[in-house]
Amino acid sequence: MPEQFFFSDLRELFAKANEEKSGDRLAGIAAGSERERIAAKRKLADLSLDEIVRQPLIDPDNDDVSELILKSFDRESFMPIKSTTVGEFRELLLDDATGEAELKKIQRAIIPEIAAAVTKIMSNKDLVLAAARIRNVTRCRNTMGERGVLGIRIQPNHPTDDIAGILLSGFEGLLYGCGDAVIGVNPASDSVESTGAILHALNRLVTTYKIPTQTCCLAHISTQLAALSHGAPIDLLFQSVAGTEATNQSFGITLEMLSEGRERIIEHHRQRQDVSWKGENVMYFETGQGSALSADAHRGVDQVTLEARAYGVARAFDPFLVNSVVGFIGPEYLFDERQIIRAGLEDHFMGKLLGLPMGCDVCYTNHAEADQNSVDNLLLLLGAAGCNYFMGVPCGDDVMLNYQSTSYHDAIGVRRLFNLRPAPEFLMWLEEAGIYRDSEPAKLDEPVRRQLLKGLEWSLEGTH
Amino acid sequence: MHTPARLLVGRAGAAYRTETQLQLREDHAKARDAVRAELDLKTAFNAEFIETWKLFEVSTRASTKLEYLARPVLGREFSDESRAEILRRCLPDRNIQVVIGDGLSVLAIQTQVPQLLPLLLKGVKTSGWSIGPIFVVRHCRVGILNEIGDLLKPQIAILLIGERPGLASAESMSAYMAYQPCRSHSDANRNLISNIHDHGLSARSAAARILNLCAHMMRLGISGSTLKEPQAMLPNDIDG
Repeated sequence: MPEQFFFSDLRELFAKANEEKSGDRLAGIAAGSERERIAAKRKLADLSLDEIVRQPLIDPDNDDVSELILKSFDRESFMPIKSTTVGEFRELLLDDATGEAELKKIQRAIIPEIAAAVTKIMSNKDLVLAAARIRNVTRCRNTMGERGVLGIRIQPNHPTDDIAGILLSGFEGLLYGCGDAVIGVNPASDSVESTGAILHALNRLVTTYKIPTQTCCLAHISTQLAALSHGAPIDLLFQSVAGTEATNQSFGITLEMLSEGRERIIEHHRQRQDVSWKGENVMYFETGQGSALSADAHRGVDQVTLEARAYGVARAFDPFLVNSVVGFIGPEYLFDERQIIRAGLEDHFMGKLLGLPMGCDVCYTNHAEADQNSVDNLLLLLGAAGCNYFMGVPCGDDVMLNYQSTSYHDAIGVRRLFNLRPAPEFLMWLEEAGIYRDSEPAKLDEPVRRQLLKGLEWSLEGTH
Repeated sequence: MHTPARLLVGRAGAAYRTETQLQLREDHAKARDAVRAELDLKTAFNAEFIETWKLFEVSTRASTKLEYLARPVLGREFSDESRAEILRRCLPDRNIQVVIGDGLSVLAIQTQVPQLLPLLLKGVKTSGWSIGPIFVVRHCRVGILNEIGDLLKPQIAILLIGERPGLASAESMSAYMAYQPCRSHSDANRNLISNIHDHGLSARSAAARILNLCAHMMRLGISGSTLKEPQAMLPNDIDG
């Protein structure tokens, strides 16, 4: 007789069907053996999508994320796939006959728990193959996410928010063709003054060079909005989000704050008539597996499912950029390279399936069992999967957050390997500025270099 | 240069030049070794320093570095033997209890503690506060402060602990402080002074800020996010 395993509810089944993660183990909800793990996967594969919709893992009556997910659920387009099992759904996603149009049609019928369920029975290569089919295009000051485009966020962080230091790092990134996704600074201090100073400085850089790109200071949403009230220009409004109400509370945010913030920024963009806006995607969200457990607000749900629910939050606000910061949280949640790679592929796939412009901060901390080769590996896998954007950090070494990510050099490497270009408006600018020639970084001649440095001097002068 | 960021390094096609590549690996190697290094009191500090301050070593329930990294809860409780030893050697109800923890970098406490501790203890003496015997905790997490509160009931516990190493430096230490620490405390009940290293906050400034915070905590009878750190005294004030 085959071995029997008993799963008391969907929460337990979902958790035990996960690939191994130290965070699920830490939460005490992981499968106890490999045999139990596969038994859970098999049982999950036989569930119908309707059964998942009908049994919320977290009660919508006392969690506003669950409530939001059900409210935005498109029941009509769900009808045709209602009785499909999770196992059949996996095959549908991978089928020769399934194209982007078919997947887009059901995007709003897929709730985060469905995306998480199918992820649990997909291999790493499945996650790459299925994600590569879906392009989610967004617009702010340029257009991100089209097929053939790979964006890069310049992340010119500085340990003391020194404006000249930030601008120097940013300038070098531009010379590598980076910065089309956003030029976005994590501030060392969450004060309104330094957030405002950073926003003004980045805006000066972009205005001086007439760069068709977005800037952002990744302070707390309330700090950014206070800076806005004091006259700072905001292209993208940033916030970290998570998959339970209590975790969002621990971040000091509510869904109402996100909604009100977004409306203020859309209005602010309408008033800035000197900018030629391409669209109204104005939000930038970051997420990461393990954040709910770390805030002691996971409610017995596994970290893959909670991550999918964070995307459920994100997609309600039509963001321009969303990325998981996959290796940042540390080995308690993602122990080593293997778990970080798995999580990165899961996050990217789930986000794409749910309709988000997914990028990824491919990274690790120095106490995780990973190194720069791990970053190379996940970077290339996500390049193949059609990830919307990566980070560009000078030599991958973030001197403020003390972790390692991907670099300006990596940007050139991935674009070259997969034949990808920067965002169309940005590429045109790079070629006009003489930084790119024939869609590749050009060797800068002396007049071009002098011209570019002059612009940097102008941007820096404003800091005094 | 306005930034420690690694700029103007050139490139070899779509990759780093060899020197950049090797430098990055070398810096990561230092960070990794610092994380993995096991604390041993006798090699971490010289004999005279240990003797002067009568330091002794205890351990949490995490028995290896690996276990420490994977299971945070083990690093927040003492092993049974260590608990017994602390109760045997320490005095309860002191004004100040200083504890040294390896955290994520033995190198950090090895470098910073010999500079900071004498300044700190001089200030404690000047203020007339009572202080308990100082001990060093292997496989230590910040949450150990709660058990120290339970065992020794100090008015203020100060934990000097090694920070997660960055690529540029593995020598950075933090001081976590709690007023009457107890079981229910979380980070919200603690105050933190971070970035204590030669290119960050100097030992003198750190000692001044810690002592200043101690006095402030005693005055108000609280610690944590509701206690805003007062303007630090000039470092000279504690050297005088």
